[in-house]
Amino acid sequence: MAAVFFQEDEMLGKAYDSRIVRRLWKYIKPYWRRLLLAMLFLFSTSVTDLLGPVIVAIAIDSYITPTGAGTALSLQARETGVFHSAALYIGILSLGFTLRYLQGYTTAVMGQLIMFDMRSEIFAHLQSLSLAFFDRNPVGRLMTRITNDVDSLNQLFTSGAVELLGDVTTLVGIMIVMLIYNLKLALITFIVIPPLLFVVSRFQGAMRDSFRAQRIRLARINATIAEIISGIQVLQLFNREKQSFEVFRNINNDFRVVSRRSLFYIALFFPVITIFSSAATALVIWVGGGDALHGIITFGAWVLFFQYIDRFFLPIRDLADKYTTLQTAMASSERIFRILDEPPAVQDTPEPLHLAEPVRGEITFKNVWFAYNEGEWILKDVSFTIPAGKSVAFVGATGAGKTSLISLISRFYDIQKGEILIDGVNIKDIPQRELRQHVGAVLQDPFIFAGDIAFNIRLHESRITDEQIYQAAAYVNAAPFIEQLPGGYSHVVNERGAGLSVGQKQLIAFARAIAFNPEMLLVMDEATSNVDTETEYLIQDALEKLMKGRTSIIIAHRLSTIRNVDHIIVLHKGQIVEQGAHEQLLNQRGVYYRLYELQYSH
Amino acid sequence: MHCMQAQIFIFGVFMSGLYYLRDYLRRHAGIILLGFGFIIASNLLGLVLPYIIALAIDNVSNHGLSSQTFIFALILLGTALVTGVFQLGARFIISATSRDIEFEIRNNLYKHFVKLELSFFQQRKLGDLVARATNDMSAIRMFLGPGINNLLNTSVAILATFIVMATINLRLMLYVLVILPLMSIVFGSLNSRLHKSYRKVQDQFGEVSAKAQENFSGIRVVKAYAQEREELRSFNITNSEYVKRSIQFLRLDTLLWPAMYMISGIAAAVLLWQGGADVIQGRISLGQLVQFNTYVAQLTWPMISLGWVTNLFQQGSASLARIREVLEYQPEIADNALTNPEAQITAGAISVQHVSMRYDNNDVLQDISFEVPAGHSLAIVGATGAGKSTLVNLLTRTFEPTEGAIYIDGNEIRTIPLEELHKAIGYVPQESFLFSMTLAENVAYGNPEMSREEITNALDISQLSKDIADFPHGLDTIIGERGVTLSGGQKQRSGIARAVAKNPMILILDDSLSSVDTNTEAEILRRMRVFMKNRTAIIIAHRISAVKEMDNIIVLADGKITEQGTHNELISKKGFYHALYRRQLLGEELSLDAGNLPNESFDAKTYSNSATNE
Ligand SMILES: Nc1ncnc2c1ncn2[C@@H]1O[C@H](COP(=O)(O)OP(=O)(O)OP(=O)(O)O)[C@@H](O)[C@H]1O
Ligand SMILES: Nc1ncnc2c1ncn2[C@@H]1O[C@H](COP(=O)(O)OP(=O)(O)OP(=O)(O)O)[C@@H](O)[C@H]1O
Ligand SMILES: [Mg+2]
Repeated sequence: MAAVFFQEDEMLGKAYDSRIVRRLWKYIKPYWRRLLLAMLFLFSTSVTDLLGPVIVAIAIDSYITPTGAGTALSLQARETGVFHSAALYIGILSLGFTLRYLQGYTTAVMGQLIMFDMRSEIFAHLQSLSLAFFDRNPVGRLMTRITNDVDSLNQLFTSGAVELLGDVTTLVGIMIVMLIYNLKLALITFIVIPPLLFVVSRFQGAMRDSFRAQRIRLARINATIAEIISGIQVLQLFNREKQSFEVFRNINNDFRVVSRRSLFYIALFFPVITIFSSAATALVIWVGGGDALHGIITFGAWVLFFQYIDRFFLPIRDLADKYTTLQTAMASSERIFRILDEPPAVQDTPEPLHLAEPVRGEITFKNVWFAYNEGEWILKDVSFTIPAGKSVAFVGATGAGKTSLISLISRFYDIQKGEILIDGVNIKDIPQRELRQHVGAVLQDPFIFAGDIAFNIRLHESRITDEQIYQAAAYVNAAPFIEQLPGGYSHVVNERGAGLSVGQKQLIAFARAIAFNPEMLLVMDEATSNVDTETEYLIQDALEKLMKGRTSIIIAHRLSTIRNVDHIIVLHKGQIVEQGAHEQLLNQRGVYYRLYELQYSH
Repeated sequence: MHCMQAQIFIFGVFMSGLYYLRDYLRRHAGIILLGFGFIIASNLLGLVLPYIIALAIDNVSNHGLSSQTFIFALILLGTALVTGVFQLGARFIISATSRDIEFEIRNNLYKHFVKLELSFFQQRKLGDLVARATNDMSAIRMFLGPGINNLLNTSVAILATFIVMATINLRLMLYVLVILPLMSIVFGSLNSRLHKSYRKVQDQFGEVSAKAQENFSGIRVVKAYAQEREELRSFNITNSEYVKRSIQFLRLDTLLWPAMYMISGIAAAVLLWQGGADVIQGRISLGQLVQFNTYVAQLTWPMISLGWVTNLFQQGSASLARIREVLEYQPEIADNALTNPEAQITAGAISVQHVSMRYDNNDVLQDISFEVPAGHSLAIVGATGAGKSTLVNLLTRTFEPTEGAIYIDGNEIRTIPLEELHKAIGYVPQESFLFSMTLAENVAYGNPEMSREEITNALDISQLSKDIADFPHGLDTIIGERGVTLSGGQKQRSGIARAVAKNPMILILDDSLSSVDTNTEAEILRRMRVFMKNRTAIIIAHRISAVKEMDNIIVLADGKITEQGTHNELISKKGFYHALYRRQLLGEELSLDAGNLPNESFDAKTYSNSATNE
């Protein structure tokens, strides 16, 4: 089914990939001061964390069960001593609190700033990609990149990497203090570390596979639901409720089955760590107890070991979480970078030429060959010239390549062979933005944005006045129905224009092209295909006025809609088979003649 | 006080959530209870570990035997192993069950989604609905899995620990009892503010997603009008507002965890002070002090997780509310008490009587009545927005009329089971919609068991057959999202084939020949006429060529039927239809005129560029 769409999401992430990390560094770099500060806070927090148990140990050895000098103290003095230790403990705790908060806040803010840059860059890059890219990538996938993937990267910055660093500092700190306090006991305790590392790494492998599998299944659930909602009417009218549910149930079950696998590992991980930490405690009881009996270590030191073991295993317990965070983030960044690395198939040249103002609008095709997919030629050796200010109609059977040809003029796709010139300049040399400012295309699909009617006509172009919007709407006869909407031009329409009739959407899309007032106008026939004859007639009238002195191309299925054009080109299977003025073509008694005869012979 | 209320409120929300899910929970009651048993067992055993440490320490303090320390170590390890097994059992059972329940709810959600009427979806955002089946479902799972697991764990741990602490030293236990709940208080007081702040972040996140989604789906328009820079600017405004709100939220949110840590530290310090004094006074042993300290450390996590759990419950119940909104939405268009399970469509005779239709307060159809005898054909013409699509949408029960009734074969359509009604109708929507499956699967959508031959036949009627050779994998070419890689006409013809392949008794075409050329249109119509024999057909069109041979033609204007009759009858009426006919004829004549005009300035040579020769 939709399997092809998921391949890209199935990428496997390593938890650490130096190439990716180096690249991520570029995003952190602008905030290196913040990072440095956060690091500083982080290390200081670790130190305060280590100090707590040491104070308890000292309190035990000096005041609670004193040995050596402490034995001389009075009970009163010992109690005061304990009180002072507790006060010191709280002092260090407050310091730790402040540092921990500052560290958390600094990193979190840094994460947000980096995410802003990232989202903005992805969005900007997507704007520069050509339509071929969007043909291949479902909207849902792109959405995931800019929302979920960016968020999991944020996790990397805020909880993953920084916390991991903090944990490592703490772990190393604990080990050092342990070694200083008692070399032998420390080394004996460390015996559990190698098997621990071994087990942890085994878990990571298992969990990684299962998490990846889960992500893919979840993406599938997502896509399936999005699709059935978009096509709900078709689904219902074709009685597909039950069958589609069976399909969905399987996908859903698949998700459950793979997540169950990871569940077992997650459930197992925690107890296993508990057992390891108990093993370490057992060692401390056994070996430390013996030593304490023989007075080799003090009670304080012994208790310190108990406390440290607890703290030692605390971060390891959620190591599994952090590891998945890291690895998810790596996979996310890889997917993000893959999009950022996607070169725009259609690119501006480094040394652009500009159209001489005023733009005249002469359009020339010279031996143009074009294919969406290699080898499947859609246009074959197409050549023609439209003099500035003249109008041309393309006719031909459905699938002949008319829409494709027109989208080449706006340079939505690049051609493989030949060249397309405007006012003698190859369109590959003109910046796309400039080109499209002069070429207005009324597209096949009348896309309506969720927003008000005025925005749908003007888009972001503030130079278009309200007056011009009304005029454009009046031109295409959209004004009467718009004015009847609650709120008129400020009526807000739903996603994809739900609540408007199809013809109404086409009229708004048409008004948009007119409001932009371009020097060259390209009109797809489908642009008015669902509009009634009366309105179409009005539009024809409007078009006639518009086309005066403006280079125009119209695609037509109905010959009646091309009554105003200067010239007609007949396209068949991607080739120009006939061209000329209406009468000329009729006289030729060729393809055009047959089309024409068919249409009006009944 | 305020915080108390918050806690009670959360508890209430939690209970009502559980109540709502009672059927699901009941189904898994046995295994859930087993899980609870494991949780209790593992927590009780967990209390033993610090006790063993205390015994070991006191053994040394009392200059006991060195061999005993080894025994203590072994007991500790053994207890840990058993505890581990219980922990594993508890965690696995509870999480697996939560996954099962998630699976069941999501299935039900899907089943419910496909029952809901179109208007439900039109009024909501796609992304939002999808989020309910994914993000919200995860939140509910977290509420049921880790949420309940932690709540129970915490309750058992706290209760048991305090009892054990009380048996050792009541006074010390009271200190801890006073300090640790501070965590919940701090949490409670931060939480409501956090919650509000988080809502703002979430709302803005919705804006960011919506902006991106609109841009990506409308990318053709964005590019055609060179709006990329402006779109980026507008996106970044939303983006930076999101960051601003997030930072506001984080300012408070990052306070939570250090505060918890601090409070647990205070408990440890007080214990050191008071407990230390107790040891000095000989009221308790050093081992017991350490045991106490370990308990406090052990309680820290449950206490902190209590905050986390409250969060999970809040998010879970917010999500549950969103799911309930869907699940409890009763589709108005559904089989109900009116439905007569025996009602069948045998011939396809349609009778529409005094039907009116209003969207919100927009009157679209008023008092429409007409009949289409079985096997006859009806054409509907009328201006853009006249209500043509609305009218056929009433026949398929995509919408329900505000007044009047529709009968098929004498049965009011509300009495006909929906499945039966839909089985009888082959519908081609005005806007083509194809699923991302192969072309063959799309055509066979009404009946997956369909033979290859039936598929090819349908494609032949819709005249897509001649294009198939150009598709990379023929019939098995996968159609991209919404059919982006097909030409407009190809999409439309796939839709026609899909409806025809269903072999329906009633065929409805909503302006379904608009994107095909005249030649193909004529070919399709020719084949359609054969296909339509003995079937009832309703065709909406703007071209006379597509409607003139229909048995009856209706002209719809301003929501009323203004003219009705055969092509010839309507022509002689000299009304709207006649004008339409004239207009289309005029188009022809004008093109003829244009053709006749001497055209000096442009001859074919200008256009056939000499480039080829250059
Ligand atoms: N984005 C695309 N990717 C791959 N193939 C495409 C794409 N768009 C169109 N095609 C194919 O290119 C061919 C020409 O399509 P085009 O849309 O140019 O035809 P058309 O003449 O405009 O047809 P219609 O009148 O039906 O709109 C068709 O076979 C179509 O399947
Ligand atoms: N779901 C809806 N909610 C609210 N108003 C709607 C909805 N669908 C259509 N309308 C309004 O109802 C009127 C009739 O719409 P309908 O789609 O039936 O027109 P139509 O005759 O099919 O037009 P067209 O020829 O453009 O397809 C229009 O004014 C439209 O804006
Ligand atoms: Mg319609």
